[in-house]
Amino acid sequence: MVIAEFERLESEDGYVLRLKGDWTVAGLPAIEERTRDLHARERPVRIDASELARLDTAGALLLVQRWLGAQPWPPMEHLRPADRDLLELVGERMASPRPKKRRVYGLLPLAERAGIAAENATRQFLLLVGFGGQTLLTFLAILVGKRKLRWTSAVHHMERAGLDAVPIVCLLSFLVGAVVAFLGATVLADFGAQVFTVELVSFSFMREFGVLLTAIMIAGRSGSAYTAEIGMMRAREEIDAIRSLGMDPIELLVVPRVIALVTVLPVLSFLAVLSGILGGALVGSTELGISPGLFLARMQETAELRHFVVGLVKAPVFAVLIALVGCLEGLKVRASAESVGRHTTSSVVQAIFLVILLDALFAIVFMELDV
Amino acid sequence: MSAPALAPPGGEDHVISVRGLVNRFGTQVVHDGVDIDIRRGEVIGIIGGSGAGKSVLMRSILGLQRFQAGRVWWFGQEVATLADEQRRSLERRVGVMFQDGALFSSLNVLENVMVPLKEHTRLDEHFIADLARMKIALVGLPPDAADKFPEQLSGGMRKRAGLARSLALDPEVVFFDEPTSGLDPIGAAAFDELVATLHEALHITVILITHDLDSVYRICERVAVLADSRVIALDTPEKVQVMDHPWIRQCFQGPRARMAYTQAQTLKSAATTP
Repeated sequence: MVIAEFERLESEDGYVLRLKGDWTVAGLPAIEERTRDLHARERPVRIDASELARLDTAGALLLVQRWLGAQPWPPMEHLRPADRDLLELVGERMASPRPKKRRVYGLLPLAERAGIAAENATRQFLLLVGFGGQTLLTFLAILVGKRKLRWTSAVHHMERAGLDAVPIVCLLSFLVGAVVAFLGATVLADFGAQVFTVELVSFSFMREFGVLLTAIMIAGRSGSAYTAEIGMMRAREEIDAIRSLGMDPIELLVVPRVIALVTVLPVLSFLAVLSGILGGALVGSTELGISPGLFLARMQETAELRHFVVGLVKAPVFAVLIALVGCLEGLKVRASAESVGRHTTSSVVQAIFLVILLDALFAIVFMELDV
Repeated sequence: MSAPALAPPGGEDHVISVRGLVNRFGTQVVHDGVDIDIRRGEVIGIIGGSGAGKSVLMRSILGLQRFQAGRVWWFGQEVATLADEQRRSLERRVGVMFQDGALFSSLNVLENVMVPLKEHTRLDEHFIADLARMKIALVGLPPDAADKFPEQLSGGMRKRAGLARSLALDPEVVFFDEPTSGLDPIGAAAFDELVATLHEALHITVILITHDLDSVYRICERVAVLADSRVIALDTPEKVQVMDHPWIRQCFQGPRARMAYTQAQTLKSAATTP
């Protein structure tokens, strides 16, 4: 490759432009940079192409943009007819420069954007409520036998969201249980009340941590999967195909997933409670001198069933929420890879946010109810 | 029946050569000794029934897919023997228009066309944008298409935008994978016209993977027929259509083919008589 070059030969009535080398995308950068302030205002009287080796669209564009301008062009000597055609094509199709859109800054636009965002958030929330209602109606239609329950799909999702999640949920809760026990023991040791670690671990896991940890895990694991799956189906027009075949995407895709999560989340939460307490007990027996027997005896003495029920009663609610958010975000996806990613992120963030928010509300309600 | 054995590829006259290409998927044999030479500056059609391995052949030539046996040359150099750097510089001389454009969905059309230019040249960003806009105009898209995202375009426009991207680096050879599939007859004819224009103006070698006989008659100088796992014919459309092979007979002598042929003939004669 030869680098593109040009030469300006002054003559009495103007200048002659002599082109040299490869006026191609590869050979061009140097002269492109040097001629940036030329805008074809001072045009040559003649072009001499005798030393031009090659010309491509990039070279042609540069020549037209910087020297030739609009037709009619000055005479060109020794230009191959093919290159002449190329130049003409480029000159004809060259777009005129367009003004750039500028973003406006200031207080008023800021208020405007904030307003749009708030409006948008409200609309998303209403959409979620509406979607929940639609799913509920479909579910009722299934109960009275007007629609079918897709057992295969529901069981499949139970396996994937439930059975496959058992190891990770148990491991995570076990570790958190151990950490809580350590933390509790360190603080309580100052009061000589190390044995209260048992209550700390068992209450916190039964009321809060068991179900909360599981819900967060499932939101990250299954909620995101639902969004990505349904989102890809949406992008590939599969959802439209389902509709056009006279089937209902909510019945086919959403209800089985909701049922699957509602079934498995309480079971997983229960396993999480067990693992958490096990983790606490292990730390208790190895580090704090609370033997497993003592741990169990003390738990039986202090822990009441209501703590366990208060925790587990939240699981189905969280399950519905995670499944609905996951499916709805999936259905919002539009036909681009980026859109799938954005909605998957949004699905996980929303689900975890709503789970924690709802958990706080539950805590207040239960406190007022004194349970 | 088989095409006569080709001489070993030689010189820069053949932009792409393939010898003895074999592709198998499990027990299914797609190619069993495919030979083909593509001449500089021609418009060649590669046709064959669904599943005959047209796209697999393209992907094998482009190195997007491994093949079991055979050799491929680009511009007289055997691809398998090239070092990475050499290979990449040759790749820039070959463009591909994928079936649905294969545009990057997170970028708008202008950015899509700018990607290869930004990646492979040291040109200034403004000049690249101007160049990209010109390419977009070149493939017949309106100026406001530049700011649109792929999802906002119709199928035909996506194909054109994909073509603009494949032309970004001024390749010498461009593969078109089913360029007219999914287009209405008018859109398909317009696209054929566009391919012919670009071939003429940019001096590109065009390899048309298609099953659209209209395109074959309208713009192809030669046509290669893939059937029975090999290239069974490679000649001008007029000569290929009278060959005696079951697939060719079915394909070229059905009612659709006759219509395409007569239509192309009238177009050609209309073009020659002013």
